[in-house]
Amino acid sequence: MSQNITTHTDKKLPLQGAGGADHAALADIFNKDEDRVNWHDETLWWIRAKRDLSVHKIPEWEALRDTASAIKNNVLSNLNSYLQQFEANAQANGIVIHWAADGAEHNAIVHSLIKKHNVTRMVKSKSMLTEELHLNEYLAENGIDVIDSDLGERIVQLAKEPPSHIVLPCIHKKKEEIGELFHQFLGTPAGNADPQFLTETARHHLRETFLSRKVALTGVNFAIAETGEFVVCTNEGNADMGAHLSDIHIASMGIEKIIPERKHLGVFLRLLTRSATGQPITTYSSHFSKPRDGQEMHIIIVDNGRTVQLGREDFRNSLKCIRCGACMNTCPVYRRSGGHSYHNAISGPIGAILAPNLDMEKYADLPFASTLCGSCSNVCPVKIDIHDQLYKWRQVIVQNGYAPTAKKLSMQAMATTLASPFAYHMAGKAGRLVMKYAPFALNNKLNPWYKQRDMPKPPDESFGEWYKKNRKAP
Amino acid sequence: MTVGLFIPCYVDQFYPGAAIATLQLLEKLGVNVVYPANQTCCGQPMANSGFEHLTGGCNELFIKNFAEFDYIVAPSGSCVLHIKHHIHDEKQPEKAASVSHKIYELTSFLTDVLKVTSLPAKFPHKVGMHQSCHGQRGLHLSQMTELVAPYYSKPGSLLNMVEGIELIELNRADECCGFGGTFCVAEEAVSVKMGKDRVADHLKHGAEYITGVDMSCLMHMEGILNRQGSKVKILHIAEILNGGPLNP
Repeated sequence: MSQNITTHTDKKLPLQGAGGADHAALADIFNKDEDRVNWHDETLWWIRAKRDLSVHKIPEWEALRDTASAIKNNVLSNLNSYLQQFEANAQANGIVIHWAADGAEHNAIVHSLIKKHNVTRMVKSKSMLTEELHLNEYLAENGIDVIDSDLGERIVQLAKEPPSHIVLPCIHKKKEEIGELFHQFLGTPAGNADPQFLTETARHHLRETFLSRKVALTGVNFAIAETGEFVVCTNEGNADMGAHLSDIHIASMGIEKIIPERKHLGVFLRLLTRSATGQPITTYSSHFSKPRDGQEMHIIIVDNGRTVQLGREDFRNSLKCIRCGACMNTCPVYRRSGGHSYHNAISGPIGAILAPNLDMEKYADLPFASTLCGSCSNVCPVKIDIHDQLYKWRQVIVQNGYAPTAKKLSMQAMATTLASPFAYHMAGKAGRLVMKYAPFALNNKLNPWYKQRDMPKPPDESFGEWYKKNRKAP
Repeated sequence: MTVGLFIPCYVDQFYPGAAIATLQLLEKLGVNVVYPANQTCCGQPMANSGFEHLTGGCNELFIKNFAEFDYIVAPSGSCVLHIKHHIHDEKQPEKAASVSHKIYELTSFLTDVLKVTSLPAKFPHKVGMHQSCHGQRGLHLSQMTELVAPYYSKPGSLLNMVEGIELIELNRADECCGFGGTFCVAEEAVSVKMGKDRVADHLKHGAEYITGVDMSCLMHMEGILNRQGSKVKILHIAEILNGGPLNP
């Protein structure tokens, strides 16, 4: 089946928010359907709970996190030498190394490799880096047909949407919606939403793809400097299927994916999937060290803003990220606003500290899409201080002039009032009087607090006034 | 020992009962408490909104009001965390540092400094305790569910000293309520949804009261409870530890 499926224009919708809608506005839209929010929240919380069960089986969990963080600290401090070591060892293994400063360079390299082999189709296993670099759109514009082979990725590709989560790309879709998509594009019977049946259908559909594509692109979870090999982790084996059957295997990796030695891999493989989904380990952790006979293997090492972030002292830690998605699953804001509200390839708390590095103006809203509750920092397997970085980004964004004027003015007024005890007492008293005698001034739709919450009942006197009457002033 | 009592701005203006309970409780435990009249706010609303550079006035005032005390105690984890991490004053860096070392959230002052082992309080009700994030994850007032580490709870241990109290279990022990300072208005939709879910967890387990160490979270949940017409009340933990509400 599915040989003649024509979904290959692959023109994804532009990421939401690109037109100016910020996280709050997009989250507001998401929250119009409360049942859906409940379902989304509960699904992700269920994964967070699985993660908890799984990590509590490892008494040395916190020590593992410390170790992983220390390894990554070393990597970030010696990135250039590890990358060069990796390059030399990979080349010695017969892998071709390419360097790309940004998305345009990366995408052009991929295109030239495909063109060289005179094909027009490529199979891809999940790579968030290529999402970040908008590879699919670029290749589609150049007449190359790309099929994402990860099931979740394939589903959002059929829906012409970007992934909403880095590990669970279609976690925002209900099985009924997936059934409908499959009915439309893969010819399954209308109304069939049986996960077993749909997965089987997708498997057949993708198998055709694997067999008929000459070029396969995969991501890279870990690149080992010592050996020049790289490791790709998947649960469906789709990276292997694509890479093993292709004549040419392209691997795209960010510069931060390096780990120094093979022995360090055990630390990260133990942390990755427990944090991501609560599994003890990924189903497939595939090592690629050299091309098989007759195959070409290429690695494109991509910067795309990472060295800029490395140079930002407060934010360099964000490059430790191993893309497990645990911060998304635990984030109470993410669970109730959905990945698309972050209008960036990497959503959630980690995306909110990576995105402003790429475009501070476009993503100025994201560091504010948090209550700074700190749960993200606690689940992070490599101990990125995510919520502290969110706080710091807020300062940087305001300092760079990306705060709305109304906010700037209100903050200035607030700062002046609160710096003066006299002004503070007057404003407090006036505020309480207004709430008491003219509640309509606040209890209206212009007040976002009042929309779905009652205002506090103003007391007759403040504590300061009570204290003056009841205790001697110091 | 003289303690400077810091009552955050919104507690001063809207929840004097919580402040009075804090004062009475500390006095009951033999502490000499002084409330400096010229205090206003810790500066957190500006800082968390990205305007830390506008907090100079608040910082200076805070240091002027509180630098001389042996300890500074406040019934708010969030404001204490802000002072601890972010207060700075280039003209008097030592004083700023000493303030950040001396400041305590109320329950941690009771457990860690006063080492309270019993309280003369009675509160025969089913109570849900909201773990405020800044107190819990910021000041480590209690263990966090994300970490593989032994359980403890400073506010929980104090509540367990109250006669007749029944603390309920929650499905999500330490999920954020969604207040988040200016987040509550800037991200109104998500904030309210988080608050509704947090309140629902307490209601599902039969809470008659919801308490916590941060009045701001409680104010947010109170707004939602009242809008829903719920009879469930919120009370700052100081009011329960002091033997119940409105006891000035």
